[in-house]
Parts: sequence; structure tokens; C-alpha cells
Amino acid sequence: MSAPQRKIRCALIGSGNIGTDLIYKIQRSPLLEPVWMVGIDAASEGLAKARDMGLKTTHEGVDGLLPHVLEDNIQIAFDATSAYVHKANSDKLTALGVMMIDLTPAAIGPLCVPPVNLVEHATRGAMNLNMISCAGQATIPIVRAVSNVQGVKYAEIIASVASKSIGPGTRANLDEFTYTTSNAIEVVGGARRGKALIVVNPAEPPMLMRNTIYCLTDDAPDEARITESVLQMITEVQKYVPGYRLVNGPVFDGNKVAVFMEVKGLGDYLPTYAGNLDIMTAAATRTAEMFAEGILAGRIELKAA
Amino acid sequence: MSTASNDGFIDLKGRKVLVHDMCLRDGMHAKREQISTEQMVKVASALDAAGVPLIQVAHGGGLGGNSLQHGFAMHSNEEYWDAVVPHVKRAKVSVLLIPGMGTMKELQSAYDHGVRSVTVATHCTEADTSPQHIAYARKLGMDTVGFLMMAHLNTPEGLAVQGKMMESYGAECVYITDSAGYMLPEDVKRRVRALREVLKPDTQIGFHGHHNLGMGIANSIAAIEEGASRIDASVAGLGAGAGNTPLEVFVAVCDRMGIDTGCDLFKLMDMAEDVIVPMMDQMVRIDRASLTLGFAGVYSTFLLHAKRLGVKYGIPARDILVELGRRKMIGGQEDMIEDTALTMAKARGLFTDKAA
Repeated sequence: MSAPQRKIRCALIGSGNIGTDLIYKIQRSPLLEPVWMVGIDAASEGLAKARDMGLKTTHEGVDGLLPHVLEDNIQIAFDATSAYVHKANSDKLTALGVMMIDLTPAAIGPLCVPPVNLVEHATRGAMNLNMISCAGQATIPIVRAVSNVQGVKYAEIIASVASKSIGPGTRANLDEFTYTTSNAIEVVGGARRGKALIVVNPAEPPMLMRNTIYCLTDDAPDEARITESVLQMITEVQKYVPGYRLVNGPVFDGNKVAVFMEVKGLGDYLPTYAGNLDIMTAAATRTAEMFAEGILAGRIELKAA
Repeated sequence: MSTASNDGFIDLKGRKVLVHDMCLRDGMHAKREQISTEQMVKVASALDAAGVPLIQVAHGGGLGGNSLQHGFAMHSNEEYWDAVVPHVKRAKVSVLLIPGMGTMKELQSAYDHGVRSVTVATHCTEADTSPQHIAYARKLGMDTVGFLMMAHLNTPEGLAVQGKMMESYGAECVYITDSAGYMLPEDVKRRVRALREVLKPDTQIGFHGHHNLGMGIANSIAAIEEGASRIDASVAGLGAGAGNTPLEVFVAVCDRMGIDTGCDLFKLMDMAEDVIVPMMDQMVRIDRASLTLGFAGVYSTFLLHAKRLGVKYGIPARDILVELGRRKMIGGQEDMIEDTALTMAKARGLFTDKAA
């Protein structure tokens, strides 16, 4: 047996559903250790939960964390607050050499979908990576799987999520979600034009997250190669989201390729229907692990920005 | 609102109701989004001449509706507005915005192209996805309506809470929207009454019906009895499912009851017969599939998708619609119609999945 490996110490900013779920995922990681949870409400359930799980907490926002960054050797921070405060959070922390994983729609750094471009980002050692949106994480791998085979002139995704799984921030800012995801379908998915639609369904019991991906290929689709590429991509995503499942498809209709997916969460903080939450936190954790590996091996050096 | 006499008769004489035509938006569903700009101009001009004060013009899904999910219209919304707006002299042109599909950028474009009223629509439990769009519409100075879809799936008390939220964001009118054509007059009355009790006196209430159970007119009158002052309808019923409340029939009933719509009944009758019915690709009527929508409480727009996919996968449209109702699918989940049909086809041994 080898000696216990050193872990990279992390801070979580935002004590809502995403931040709280991240504690579970990071605690399970062999490469990461959750040390701080940052909130803005002393009475928040997320901060209480974090204390119970052994984290240090502050309710004074990122400013409450800053004095401890160096002494506690925080090297990676996850921001699950909102697009409006992310830039300020990021500026303060990257100045201290902390790498930021952005789970808000702010997208000031490069967009990351692990099976598509994480290796590339880790090689470059970006100091701020954006995780797009739950719908982006759930659908862009499929768009990329198709665009890897042949040109995609247009891709459209429809994400249906359970009403109970989306918080007030997302609800009040649906347009940001739409813009960020549509853009990422192009930039990361490789479609020349992208469109994202989201539906919030209040059914009881809550429905599992569903995602439909449509791609219009330039030429007649190569059915066998696209099917193979899609199935292989699903296996890649399943490495960090085991409940990522193909329900129907790929269905070919002229130049239209349709893939019908479902995401069942691990049920860490919210129940399994909230696959949308899981796919974000799992993708963020996976991203942090790739960077942690690089840092521990001396391949990545975090530089104060 | 109105006082009932001892025998329960509610006198609506002299009540003013604003009629909002749906032919060129909800009717787009019935036309699979294939209405030409020439047809749009013809319909809008006829509506304007008949005194209809508010006309909705857009893709069936409203702003952002052009998609693989909801079909591509013959023209962009902007092309439709540019064609229609110069031809309407008295009426205002309105548009539909469903958050999650339409965005504020598209709303700005609608305003820039002459649209002056917007219906911001959410599922009946999800009003809190609409604050930014309602606020933006008010900022533009548009007539701003909040629209609670599939309202049969929420209680009167629940709808009152949701309607109050929309009012707090800035909505000047809140609708009870019977997207499935499922409600009966008493369902409508309870819901409108619950809204009337909580909304400010100057916030209007509207009702949008579908005729899947033949209740479009009766439900609209029930809504008016409880204080609604805006009614969505479409000439000859051109709309999703078995269509909307047929506008000319509604106006005839209003005329008989002394309700003031300001519309010219004979012009509307002629328009229904001479303009709208000849445009229909299939008769918009209560057939077994549209009746199923009303009976099972399924989103009316699902009708033509279910018919088409039913043929493709060898499953009766009615079976697909009932299953969609059982799975509690709501507006916007048109992708789940093919998904459901595929899953049913596999279960019935009609289809083998190559990828499985």
C-alpha cells in the first residue's frame, strides 16, 4: 500500500443546493478535501450542514474566506453563487493563486464539459473554468459526439427538470441560462448554431431530469458511426454520472438526429430526481480532480492572476 | 362582482370585455406553423375591420418558438409583424412569451417591430420563472399579461398565489389558461373567483379556453360572471386541439347577453366562413383525439404531434395522449411525445432500438 495521498484543499462558495451537494462529492474524492464553506446568511441550512460535516464556515461572503486562504492552503474554489457576484469572487481569489470552478452562468472563463475538453483545459492550466449549466453538461457531450463524426449546422436541446430541483436564482434568471447554454452548444458542442430550451415540470412524484438533443447534420447522417460515437460518449459521462442513461435513439429522420436522455442523480443532498444538480456538481468535481492530479504531480502550477 | 338574483341569474348587461384573437398565434399550431404573410395580413385586416381590439401574431410557441421542437414557421416573427402591423388601424398586436423558450432579447425585437402587448406564460405552478420578462415588458411600456397555463393542474388557492406573484412582478392582467380544454364552468368560476379575491381591483383577469369539451363559450361566460374582463378566442376556433373558443360564436352570445365587446358580429361570421375555414388544412373540431385532450387533461398543442408520430410508430394517437397525461407532461415537452411513442412502440414489439 502506498502512503495516503496528499489532497488539494478546496473552498465552496454558496451554501445553496449546489454548494451543499458538492460537499458530499468532494468528500468522496481521493484527490480533494472540502475545507471551507462560504455563505451570506448565518442561519442558512447549508452552512449548518457544512459545519456538521466538518467544514469551517463563514457567513461573510468571500471576504470572510480571504484571510484564511493562504494559511489553510486553499488551492481550488467552487463558486455556486450567482452570475452577478462571480466576477468579484473570482478576482479576489485568483489574486491569491486559487483556481476557480464557476458553477454560475457568469462564464468569464473558458467553458468546460469534462469528456469534451477537460484535458485540453488542464494542459493549459486555466485559472477560471465555467461549467455552463446543468442542461449544458447533460447535452453538449451528445452534440459533440455527433459533430465529431460530421458537420452539425444546428443543434437544439430541450431540458426538462423537476420543479423541486431548481432554486430561486435559476428561476429568476432563466434568460441567462438560455443564453449561456445556447452559446456553449456552439463553442463546446461544435454546432454552428445552438439553441437551448428549458421546461420546469412540477409533477409529483418529481420527474427525473430529461434531455432531448436534436442535431441537424450537413450531409446525410452516417447512422452507424453517429450511433457508435454517441454510445461511447455516454460511457465517458457515466464515469462521473452513473445515472446518465440513453432512453431512446439515436433516431434518424432525414438530416435530423434525435437522442433522448435521462439523468438520475446519486441522491447525495437532493433526491435522485435532481439529476440536473448532480451532473453539475459531478462535472465540477471531475474537473477539480483533473487539476488536482496535475498540481500534485507538479505539472500544473497555479499562479496568482 | 355582479349581483345574482334569487334564481341565480347573473346580469352581465353593459359589461365590457376585451376580446383577444388567437388565429395568428394559437392558430399557427393548427396550421403546423405554415401561414403566409399574405394570409396573416388578410386575417389581421379582417379582424381589425370587425373591431377586434387585440390580435396575437407569432409562431404558435411565441417568441423563440422557431425550433425543431416546435416547428419552423414559414417566416420569422419579425417578418410577420412587419407585414401585419402597418395594416391594422385600430387593433393592437400582441405576442406570447414563454420563459425558457422566449427571451428578453426577442421581446425587445417584438417591441421594435411594433408589438405593444405581451402575454408572459408559465405553467400554472411556475410563475416565479417570469419576473424578468414581466418587468422588462413594463419597462418597455407594453400592455403586460401574466398567463397561468394548464390551470386545471393547480387549485384555486394555488393559482391565487401564482397570480399574485405575477402581479407583484408588474402584470396588469392575469389569465386562467385552460390549455387542455379540460375545465368545466364551475372549475373556471372557482379559479377566477380566487384570483379576484387577492388581486388589486385594477388588475384585470382573463380567460383563455380550448374547445376540446365544447365548453369554450360557457367557460368564458363563467369567467366573466366572476369578474374576468379579457377573453381569448379565435375566429372559427382556429387554434390547437379542437381550437380556441370560437370568437364569432362568443361575440354572438355576448350580444345576446348585452356584454359589450365592440365587435361586429356579421363581419366576424363572414370572416369565419370566407377567410378562416378555407385556410384550414383539417377541420379544427372535436374528434376522438382532441376530445381525449379535454377528457384526459393534456396540453392541446400535443394533438398534431401525437397524430403524426402515432402514424410513424403504429400507435393510436389517443393511446399516446393518454400516456402523456399519465406521465404529467406539460407545455414545452413536445420532445417527450416521440420519446413516449418510441417507448410504447418498443413495449408493443413494433420497434427495435438499434442502439440498445
